[in-house]
Amino acid sequence: MYVMNTQTVLEVRGLTKNYEDARAVEGVGFSVQAGEVVGLLGPNGAGKTTTISMILGVLEPTAGSVLIDGINVQSDRQEALGRTNFSAVYAQLPWNLTVYENLYIFCLLYGVQNARERVRELLREFELGKFADINCGRLSSGEQTRVHLAKAMSNKPRILLLDEPTASLDPSAARIIREKVRAWTATGAGGVLWTSHNMHEVETVCDRVLFLSRGKILLEGDPKTLPRTYGKENLEELFITIAREPLSLELE
Amino acid sequence: MRRNPARLAGFLWVVLDIFLWGFITKFLNTLGVSGLDFIALFLGGIILWNFMIRVQQGIMTAFFEDVWSRNFLNIFASPIAIGEYLAGLVVAGVVMVLVSLILMLSIAVGFFGFSLFRIGMPLIPFFLVLFLFGMTLGIFVIALILRWGPSAEWIGWPLPFLLYPFSGVFYPVSVLPLPARLISRLLPTSYVFEGMREVLASGVFSFSALAPGLALACLFLGLAYIFFNRTYRMIVRTGMLARFGAEG
Repeated sequence: MYVMNTQTVLEVRGLTKNYEDARAVEGVGFSVQAGEVVGLLGPNGAGKTTTISMILGVLEPTAGSVLIDGINVQSDRQEALGRTNFSAVYAQLPWNLTVYENLYIFCLLYGVQNARERVRELLREFELGKFADINCGRLSSGEQTRVHLAKAMSNKPRILLLDEPTASLDPSAARIIREKVRAWTATGAGGVLWTSHNMHEVETVCDRVLFLSRGKILLEGDPKTLPRTYGKENLEELFITIAREPLSLELE
Repeated sequence: MRRNPARLAGFLWVVLDIFLWGFITKFLNTLGVSGLDFIALFLGGIILWNFMIRVQQGIMTAFFEDVWSRNFLNIFASPIAIGEYLAGLVVAGVVMVLVSLILMLSIAVGFFGFSLFRIGMPLIPFFLVLFLFGMTLGIFVIALILRWGPSAEWIGWPLPFLLYPFSGVFYPVSVLPLPARLISRLLPTSYVFEGMREVLASGVFSFSALAPGLALACLFLGLAYIFFNRTYRMIVRTGMLARFGAEG
């Protein structure tokens, strides 16, 4: 019988997604430990968002399983999703509700105890106090991203999925987001799965990276040493090679 | 309304509808040809009909607010159960319905001297049947939109009007040609409006005459829920839910 490490917050096993005419993800397997930020990288169409969708239970895998904190997403969806949360550029919060209302509603959806107190904590933690009564639609991109991140932390998740969380942010706002995420993972409360196309950011924030290409994990390792292993100067060069000629790396 | 001007438009439409039918019926009453109280018959019909439409549209609007704001994935990736989500939409819809109903009743009494409460206790089962059928239409339309994407919105708004001629809102079902009469017998709404006319004409309410309408409303609600569940499972399997959330 498989015994899961108690610090493993996300375990993905043999995840496969076939559509009628194509295979989007094939046999993807990896884990994320508490206190760890793992980068899920790859060119457009590599299968990143498909993988994240399956982890979030909004897409049914053809094969394989996802365990969040040891709980199977498919067989115990509510319990598993109660221990996760996410933020993505394509998932906005209602623009016509205030920051406070949005955070409060999501605290209720995630079954957070003492929801009002938790919202006050989040407003303090993410320096959103002065925006509490402002509709989300009136905030700048950077402020909205902070609200999304606050929402994503509302239930103190064991695994946090961040799909390009700093896309469209200026460098200063992006740095604040990275620092918040790093500070949270340093507490060991949970782990992060982070996707980004900004390789400099990935080197800064991720402990480990997984390169997806054509639905499979092609490479895995430390973002600081992985490029040299494959004779590349930096992560960006490695990324470009994977995007253009993944077969050359598969052969290595 | 401050949060969504679309809701305000819905209420304005209700006000316009009641005024329009109020003036038409007032005119018909002045003709005095039949001895019928057109105000009671027509305004009673339009208030009950609008009640059902507002239930459906209230549920739809609550759903669309998540779609329009691209909040869809946030909801479906949370631990909320599908039944809880639907219940939330119904509760949000009920608020819209209550505001509409108060508006309609106030205008009917204030401007045309017609109180729906003249119908008395039978109003409760009438409202119940219409509420259940409005929920059915709302859930059915949401399932269609999930299946076909946000562009299928156009199906939702006119759907009740396809049932309008068969529901006997303003005339007895018996005036319909036979094939249309058969369709109307399958609609819970036709039993409500037949019952309303009976109560207004004779003061007699027959629950046994309404019972098939209530049974049909329950049956259709159950079928709509099953259809919604199957559609949801299908879009999770095919990836349409993930795409819908991203594209909404």
